[in-house]
Amino acid sequence: MSGPNTNYDPVQVTPLDADHVEAAVAAALAEFSAASTLAELKTARLAHAGDKSPIAMANREIGALPPQARRDAGRRIGQARSRIAQALATREAEIAETELARRLVEERVDVTLPVHLAPEGAIHPITALMDQMMDVFVAMGWEVAEGPELEAEWLNFDALNFIPDHPARTMQDTLFVGQPDSGQVLRTHTSPVQARALLSRELPVYVVCPGKAYRADEYDATHLPVFHQIEGLVVDRGITLADLRGTLDHFAQAMFGRTRTRMRPNYFPFTEPSAEVDLQCFVCQGASVGHPDRPCRTCKSEGWIEWGGCGVVNPRVLQACGVDTDLYSGFAFGMGVERTLMFRNDAEDMRDMIEGDVRYSRALTGLAR
Amino acid sequence: MKAPLSWLRDYAALPDGLGGRGLAEQLIRAGLEVETVEHAGADVSGPLVVGRVLSSVDEPQKNGKIIRWCRVDVGSEHNQPADDQVPASRGIVCGAHNFAVGDLVVVALPGAVLTGEFTIAARKTYGHLSDGMICSARELGLGEDHDGIIVLAPAAENGPEPAPGADAAPILHLRDEVLDIAVTPDRGYCLSLRGLAREAAQATGTRFRDPVDKVTPTEATDGHPVRLESPACPLFVAVSVSGVDPSQPTPRWLARRVQLAGMRSISLTVDITNYVMLETGQPIHAYDAESLDGTIVVRTAQAGETLTTLDDTVRELDADDLLITDGSGPIGLAGVMGGASTEISPATTSVVIEAAHFDAMTIARTSRRHRLSSEASRRFERGVDPAAAYAAAHRVAALLAELAGGTIERGETVAGAVPATPSLTIDADLPSRILGTEVSADTAVALLEAVGASVAVEGEQLTVTPPTWRPDLTDPYDYVEEVGRLVGYDSIEPTVPRAPVGRGLTTAQKGRRAVTAAVVAAGFVEVLSLPFLSVADLDSLGVAADDRRRRLNRIANPLAETSPYLRTTLLPGLFAAVARNRSRGNDDLAIFETGSVFYAAESAAAAPRPPVTRRPTADQLAAMDAPLGQQPRHLAAVLTGSWRTAGWVGPVQPAGWQQAISAAEIAARALGVTLTRRAVDRPPWHPGRCAELSTTAGEVVGYAGELHPQVITAYGLPERTAAVEIDLSALLEAAPPRSSVVPISTYPVAKEDVALIVGSDVPAATVQAALRRGAGPLLESVELFDVYTGPQVGDGRKSLAFALRFRASDRTLTDAESGSARDAAVAAASEEVAAEPRVLQP
Repeated sequence: MSGPNTNYDPVQVTPLDADHVEAAVAAALAEFSAASTLAELKTARLAHAGDKSPIAMANREIGALPPQARRDAGRRIGQARSRIAQALATREAEIAETELARRLVEERVDVTLPVHLAPEGAIHPITALMDQMMDVFVAMGWEVAEGPELEAEWLNFDALNFIPDHPARTMQDTLFVGQPDSGQVLRTHTSPVQARALLSRELPVYVVCPGKAYRADEYDATHLPVFHQIEGLVVDRGITLADLRGTLDHFAQAMFGRTRTRMRPNYFPFTEPSAEVDLQCFVCQGASVGHPDRPCRTCKSEGWIEWGGCGVVNPRVLQACGVDTDLYSGFAFGMGVERTLMFRNDAEDMRDMIEGDVRYSRALTGLAR
Repeated sequence: MKAPLSWLRDYAALPDGLGGRGLAEQLIRAGLEVETVEHAGADVSGPLVVGRVLSSVDEPQKNGKIIRWCRVDVGSEHNQPADDQVPASRGIVCGAHNFAVGDLVVVALPGAVLTGEFTIAARKTYGHLSDGMICSARELGLGEDHDGIIVLAPAAENGPEPAPGADAAPILHLRDEVLDIAVTPDRGYCLSLRGLAREAAQATGTRFRDPVDKVTPTEATDGHPVRLESPACPLFVAVSVSGVDPSQPTPRWLARRVQLAGMRSISLTVDITNYVMLETGQPIHAYDAESLDGTIVVRTAQAGETLTTLDDTVRELDADDLLITDGSGPIGLAGVMGGASTEISPATTSVVIEAAHFDAMTIARTSRRHRLSSEASRRFERGVDPAAAYAAAHRVAALLAELAGGTIERGETVAGAVPATPSLTIDADLPSRILGTEVSADTAVALLEAVGASVAVEGEQLTVTPPTWRPDLTDPYDYVEEVGRLVGYDSIEPTVPRAPVGRGLTTAQKGRRAVTAAVVAAGFVEVLSLPFLSVADLDSLGVAADDRRRRLNRIANPLAETSPYLRTTLLPGLFAAVARNRSRGNDDLAIFETGSVFYAAESAAAAPRPPVTRRPTADQLAAMDAPLGQQPRHLAAVLTGSWRTAGWVGPVQPAGWQQAISAAEIAARALGVTLTRRAVDRPPWHPGRCAELSTTAGEVVGYAGELHPQVITAYGLPERTAAVEIDLSALLEAAPPRSSVVPISTYPVAKEDVALIVGSDVPAATVQAALRRGAGPLLESVELFDVYTGPQVGDGRKSLAFALRFRASDRTLTDAESGSARDAAVAAASEEVAAEPRVLQP
């Protein structure tokens, strides 16, 4: 036995007794596993792992032990604390997992509820189509030229070889502005932009001219008094009708995929030779012709769709714009955007395009625009 | 131009099996626009036969009418068998009386269907069984004549007498195919059967026989005296015919062809002149010889002269009008319309036939000046073959002799001569060079000869003389077109020209797309409207008299007299779209449009129209642009109803002035422009709810806010409708061309909130600007997050709460630093707008 220790009091060190420690650990473990929420676990933690817990209290008694007993007691307490801490951590993780699982169930929402927080905007189909048409030419290195809608008569007619009093001038029902002989018209086509391009740009010129045009036309399913056109103009050395054909084919294919164009001779004052451009039906490729059993609504089973006008630029136009016709030649073409929208997107009535009904603009979505 | 196929076949030896559709396809390939192919007479079907009237009894009816009960022999195949009372025949009730026993008539038997889907059946009427119908011209679609039934001539046009029971359709020339061709202005010669037959023969590779088969002799003066006093009439042929029997009817074949070609049958003499015009393209005028007073003189009009034209209109003549005159004065507007005084009458027995050539421009101007378009002027404007005049005059004379018993006078007059057609020398390889496909000189020559030109080859050059009927062939490229369309455009191998490197869209073009995309993404729907306006619109908008929006361009011939001006604001068009949408049940609207507006130029000088043979000078171009005024592109939007409808997420959010301003800011932000706002009174907006929008440089670019209640009433818009209109062109001008990224500070942010009490009329933007100025360089952002009015701040005052964020680029700010920056900001606000700090409630 060791020497006398006046402070040694067997009663006071009961907490360090092995049974006692074991009981404290057991009590802690039991209470931890009984806890079903993090809040209950917190109460249990404070009771069994806190500063006032039996083990913490016991730990404080170690110092009262004779040195030879301290090591044993220290180890016992250390082990007990570690078991409690481990049990606590395990239980904490279990409860957190359970609580998360419950929360995830509770927080379930109806993801099919409407979520539109802002109104649905839409670009007008005509604007979208014009942009798309321009992009084909921009990708080829052409530029986009623009001009005023209220235009000088000289640029709208004279420069384009519409001779004064030539019947071709009355072919287009022109809206005149101002006093008689004011020389101002609402442009009847986007062609004056061609003249402006030749007058203002360096040669060679490769431009596409989109925009509004005006005619004193009927207002019905296939005519609007204000409509949109897109025109192309190339003036360069050695430009031929073959170049025009190739450009039109490329344009048609870029816009519509599997198709090609054909040209039918026609007359326009500003081109010579002149032709109408037809587009081979890009839906049926002509397969519906003569097959009433499989009609094609895009080409009305005709196989070809009238698309626009074109031709070799009349040298008189080049002359009026100061281009040397011995060195340069050119071609030009023009299409109606409304008309293109009609057959491209099955539009039946042009009036819908200008009435402003929001449903019309919203109808074409995504890549179909 | 309507061309009956049978008539084309007279001059083009078309293959027998070729129908109208087939020919149309060939003509379309050759460049003619065939619009329709009509089967004339196809609306009459079933048995239509010749009948001979055997007996007729007139029977008065109670209703006052006298019907005629006839027995008609319709041939053994169709007759009812004879009995004791009647011979083999049919009984038919007829209302007309213009026939006699023994006449040959046209009978539609039961089962026949006439024009207008009128089915014939045996039916009881006026106490008889009427077993068919005796037909009038109108019932068969042969004309408007409904006064009586058709009585066939005993010997149908030189043929044997038709037998009862024979098919009546060929005798009536009922069936034909008619090609309707839209003739372009350069192809005047196609306004004739002659021209179309030539094209048809060429397109089908068949033989063409020219109805113009007489060469114009030089100068002859033995006929009616004629004197030419204007270069606008280079040739005048006059042939006289006497002893014309005015009672002779027009033969059926001739009347039918004139009718199928789209003209009305009038009288034999007039029908013959029209027939020859349709056939040769040469307009013909026939004068009543006895009404003519001496020498015919062709001259321009003198001031004050008048002429009563055939349409009974008195016309005041212009000094540029070309006239046909005689001793009595003007007797015709040359090439446009004859005069009433020398008109052919039902008593005319002697006629002078005029076939003259007139300058196309002169006729076009006169026709336009008098708003008088005729078959003749339409042809002269587009170019008539001067070499056809002589032959045409003689063709008329021959027909008058043949059909009306006339005698062609011995002497004739040919004043002037067929003008020479100018020849042109072109490079033989021009067609190849322009078409982009190899066309040998031999091929080019052959093709040009096929269109009637004569070609002389001189080395590498071709000297081409166009045919007299092609006045449109004046330029080298005109011949390229002729070669091209005959070679066939489809045979030309396509190539794509290589453009030089391009610069893509311009900044402005990209900017406009960016603005549209941003405004669309924000929830606005793009629409298009008609760009016209009325003064009443500007009055409804409340626009002041001196406002720029009153600088209107008036359209001389507007589509609607109610909106004769070009728009100076996009808003009325959008209001109309709002109304249309609401009438269709679309109540929640945020719509916008971008488009040009038009401010009239200050000066009213006319735009010059310099000659087109050379490039205009810079001064001339500037003078063309000046009267066009300014045409900036605007963007406008209108909002009504709900911006967000009430739903499960929350209550309704009405559309209003905030979204209108927001639309402008979104557009500006897409271009990197910052807008500042100021309250202004600007129609058509609510004077207390209108923001003037300016760039930071101070340029006003637009207005936004709620509309004035009176404007809302005037346009029938819903309460609180809001609108914005900005000058997109100005906004694009203001867009900074470049901008830089900023270095990003990674030090923590210090947040300070302040609440300031200010007078309720102090704009939030002013307070915010003061805070910004006072806060110094450490301020990263300042945002308004609350506006409070109420008892806690007192009447006439409001509390504005701002969140300030401070950050330094080189260190973490201390509380003292951010606090003193905040205090400096508040001090500035106190000084500038007398703001008092408010203690935020905890």
